[in-house]
Amino acid sequence: MGPDEIRAFIEAMASDLAKYLARAGVEKPIMVGIRTGGVWLAERLHGLLELEEPLGTLDISFYRDDFTRIGLNPEVHPSNLPVPVGDRHIILVDDVLHTGRTIRAALNEIFDYGRPTSVVLAALVERSGHELPIQADVVAIRPDLEAGEHITLTGPEPLGLVIGRASNRVSREHEQQAGKT
Amino acid sequence: MARRDIQLDEEGRLRHFLTIEGLDQPLLTEILDKAEGFIGVSQQAIKKVPLCRGKIITNLFFETSTRTRTTFELAAKRLSADVLSLNISTSATTKGETLLDTLRNLEAMHCDMFVVRHADSGAAHFIAQHSAPHVSVINAGDGRHAHPTQAMLDMLTIRRIKGEFVKLRVAIVGDILNSRVARSQIHALNTLGTSEVRVIAPYTLLPAESRSLGVHVYHDLQEGIRDVDVVIMLRLQRERMRGAMLPSEHEYFQLYGLTEQRLRAAKPDVIVMHPGPINRGVEMDSQVADGPRSVILQQVSHGIAVRMAVMSMCIGTQNARIARREASVSGLNP
Repeated sequence: MGPDEIRAFIEAMASDLAKYLARAGVEKPIMVGIRTGGVWLAERLHGLLELEEPLGTLDISFYRDDFTRIGLNPEVHPSNLPVPVGDRHIILVDDVLHTGRTIRAALNEIFDYGRPTSVVLAALVERSGHELPIQADVVAIRPDLEAGEHITLTGPEPLGLVIGRASNRVSREHEQQAGKT
Repeated sequence: MARRDIQLDEEGRLRHFLTIEGLDQPLLTEILDKAEGFIGVSQQAIKKVPLCRGKIITNLFFETSTRTRTTFELAAKRLSADVLSLNISTSATTKGETLLDTLRNLEAMHCDMFVVRHADSGAAHFIAQHSAPHVSVINAGDGRHAHPTQAMLDMLTIRRIKGEFVKLRVAIVGDILNSRVARSQIHALNTLGTSEVRVIAPYTLLPAESRSLGVHVYHDLQEGIRDVDVVIMLRLQRERMRGAMLPSEHEYFQLYGLTEQRLRAAKPDVIVMHPGPINRGVEMDSQVADGPRSVILQQVSHGIAVRMAVMSMCIGTQNARIARREASVSGLNP
């Protein structure tokens, strides 16, 4: 999928998100993108929605549940939440919602910074394969994928969506470690 | 085939952290990058991450230490590990238990990591060789040999303030002979590609092999700190000195003590570092220690992040090894 199509999807997402926030009565939300693809997406949504509060970024490496199996992610960046999240509405943004484990980790990390009033989840892609009871509130694309297939957002400029097939379990774990699922 | 470095696993990942020697630039850079990530944890309301939940980390300090022991303890706690701090002088070793028996007992309590400080060079290496395979060992200072986490927190401090090492001129001043910190710093600075590393010391406080360490040797402080970006002062290791290496502390300060006046020879934006504890009026003037160029307290904060990085990397490597072994066992017996 090319950059123009993705731009259209992100614009649709921004307008859905605005409606969602208005319906829920959310004011002055703080947007937080999950590294790496979620941040690329959040930067665009943040601009389209003209949010007042600066964008936060989250690196969930220290909260992953596979540390006991594969060790520490080789690439770690500091998380940056410039505004205190306690008693605030949070919009959590990720590129692909798959197993739900990344979102579980992100929620745990956010709660170590403070107790938000609410958290809304926005994902560009929500695919099959959930392993936890986590769903997105705003989604642009729901592709029909088989178990072995994976979908990845490439970027930062221009954005692209790539569908591929992991050949075996080992390469899938490497890919999970490089990106996220 | 060359013998594998005991510090690394089959895939070249950090398993023990005993010395900077033998570790390559990408690995040192990885430690610094991870530590940057852990600096952010101190901005959280709950200053903890769940990485090492359920792990037991034991501080084995055979030699006194305040800063190093407390920052290791704090680092382990911020990783959510359970921490035991053994003060060996009051423990079973004084009742005649051998070191290896103490280790066996701690392993039987399912300890996952030993953080070792010892007055003898090579002690941490010895413990790593004789520990159970699931245990990682971190050297918190052994004799005159190495103090790798101190060196890495110094590298983190330099990189955060000065940027790339290739552009830097760094001077290490003082008791090079007795300093495990200096040895580890020199290895780290050279591995990271520092443009020029200088050591400044009287003849009596320099090891015979100092030139082979890849440093420029100076005996005059004023000359040695000319145009440097970083000055690292070392503590006089009186407890490790045998015989008369120095006429007196007063005379040492006259020749090698760092003062604002002397610091003018360095670059205007020079930073001054010291691993602590400082002997004020011996290695440096209080004016310098508390002055605007001093980054001594930043070094202490960075120590927590670096120790979190090294500990979580080693425990992560052990986790991966155990998971691989379990996977191969279940693969053999489906």
